[in-house]
Amino acid sequence: MDISLQEVEYRYAAGSPFEKKAVENVSFTVSSGECVAVIGHTGSGKSTILLHLNALLKPTSGSVVIGDRTVKAGRKEKDLKPIRQKVGIVFQFPEQQLFEETVLKDICYGPMNFGVSEEEAKCRAVYWIKQVGLSEEILQESPFDLSGGQMRRVAIAGVLAMEPEVLVLDEPTAGLDPRGRKEMMNMFFRLHKERKMTMILVTHSMEDAADYADKVVVLHKGKKVHEGTPRELFSDAERLSEWGLGVPEVVRFQRMLEAKAGRKLPGICLSIEELAASFSELSGGKAT
Amino acid sequence: MMEKMIFGRYIPADSIVHRMDPRAKLIFVFAFIAIIFLADNAWAYGIAAIYTLASIWMSGITVRFLISGLKPVMILIAFTFILQIFFAREGRVVLDLGFLTIYEEGIRQAFMISTRFLLLVFMTSLLTLTTTPISITDGLESLLNPLKKIKFPAHELALMMSIALRFIPTLMDETDKIMKAQMARGSDMSSGPLKDRIKAVVPLMIPLFVNAFKRAEDLATAMEVRGYRGGEGRTKYRLLNWHIRDTMALFTLIILAGILSWMRFWL
Ligand SMILES: Nc1ncnc2c1ncn2[C@@H]1O[C@H](COP(=O)(O)OP(=O)(O)OP(=O)(O)O)[C@@H](O)[C@H]1O
Ligand SMILES: [Mg+2]
Repeated sequence: MDISLQEVEYRYAAGSPFEKKAVENVSFTVSSGECVAVIGHTGSGKSTILLHLNALLKPTSGSVVIGDRTVKAGRKEKDLKPIRQKVGIVFQFPEQQLFEETVLKDICYGPMNFGVSEEEAKCRAVYWIKQVGLSEEILQESPFDLSGGQMRRVAIAGVLAMEPEVLVLDEPTAGLDPRGRKEMMNMFFRLHKERKMTMILVTHSMEDAADYADKVVVLHKGKKVHEGTPRELFSDAERLSEWGLGVPEVVRFQRMLEAKAGRKLPGICLSIEELAASFSELSGGKAT
Repeated sequence: MMEKMIFGRYIPADSIVHRMDPRAKLIFVFAFIAIIFLADNAWAYGIAAIYTLASIWMSGITVRFLISGLKPVMILIAFTFILQIFFAREGRVVLDLGFLTIYEEGIRQAFMISTRFLLLVFMTSLLTLTTTPISITDGLESLLNPLKKIKFPAHELALMMSIALRFIPTLMDETDKIMKAQMARGSDMSSGPLKDRIKAVVPLMIPLFVNAFKRAEDLATAMEVRGYRGGEGRTKYRLLNWHIRDTMALFTLIILAGILSWMRFWL
């Protein structure tokens, strides 16, 4: 399912003194099966854009095409549930959405809202709780007795159990430990690869953007300022810093090496293996 | 939807109402609440309404904005209006539909009660819209100060109030956020049978309460860590200044009270 934003503008509290334009004139397309990273400095409108992807917000001008549905500014929309079933959102700090007595019930909540039978929902809960790296026993516990990291995983499992076609992630790993972060991202990436799940990822981590995304969209002060492959984007460190962003660790390391060695590699490398290969080639096979 | 609610919010601006002493504004609002009950006929309400509109006008806030920001309250007022129309059983019959009859007195009562309600809501909103929570607290504490002699916890009361006011917008934002998160999980609060809609509130209320308690606990800890020990021996950074305009404002209120009681008792 493709999702396409067309000249989307959104003002919070439109028509009141608190009116605030959060994004304007943002257009981009996420094709089926793609992984798109949305990056930008804090307050640049990333979360606002994400809310448009399953019609939780309606643009104040412009339109959003989600599969065969179009959500247009100024038009009343009915029956948005099918959209929400196809596009699952994991919010920033999703642990806040837990409410049931047990983890099991909480994970079943989403699927059952979309008409999945209780039995099937329970099966899914058992499956997804393992996928997010927790054990099955936790299903009987109260979500409020869990640690922050565990709550986060449960909340993510709750969204995944809806088995959406498109997965939208708003900084899903913020506040997790480094290993949990890696595990989580790898799990998402595996879903993306194995199930051809379309993925849209908001992140502050340039490494994640470089590692996982097919395409990166950069927002700056509510406007889209760049769209392209990670390789394209990260070769221009100067422009990135103008937008309050940095380059991945590897690229910085590459620049340091280049400065030390006194010569340049032909292009930037986005992983340490690529860098090693490229560098040994340059120094004529004598690896460093 | 939540972001439009202005209940308990402060709008920074520089008007004569904004600059008034919070003590004066507090006295003003409480006195107004008492005075409005003096009105007992359409003319009196008319005068009170003009007085209220003039106050709003001086604050630079538009009535349209007030109404759009207080939508839920408006619905409540409309509801009381309708109830009043149907329940009063006095005076001339205006409309007889067989199953229900509307009396003249009913319409009169409905108009007066909803106007009173509306004016009260406008005036109290005007207080919170033009006064920062912190000055409301300062004002209240200073007004209640004499009661400290009889061991009345003035400081604590003021603090509680300011914390409550401070967290209204936060709670609104949070409600909005959690509502969106649950909607993304297929909860539907705006359609379907009433039973389902009520059920859909649970996933909203529970996280809201859990967060509120957690936040209260965190706040208490943070205050303790920073050595908070009540109002004892505490000096103030912001000093309250009573100006001539504050006296004037209260003076106009006395005039209003005079006119309304004249209309009620002598006319
Ligand atoms: N509910 C709201 N009401 C009013 N303004 C808002 C609201 N939510 C966000 N904004 C404003 O919209 C702008 C964009 O916010 P948004 O949350 O989309 O940023 P973000 O890129 O997700 O930031 P972060 O990286 O910190 O999550 C900000 O300037 C913010 O102040
Ligand atoms: Mg955000």
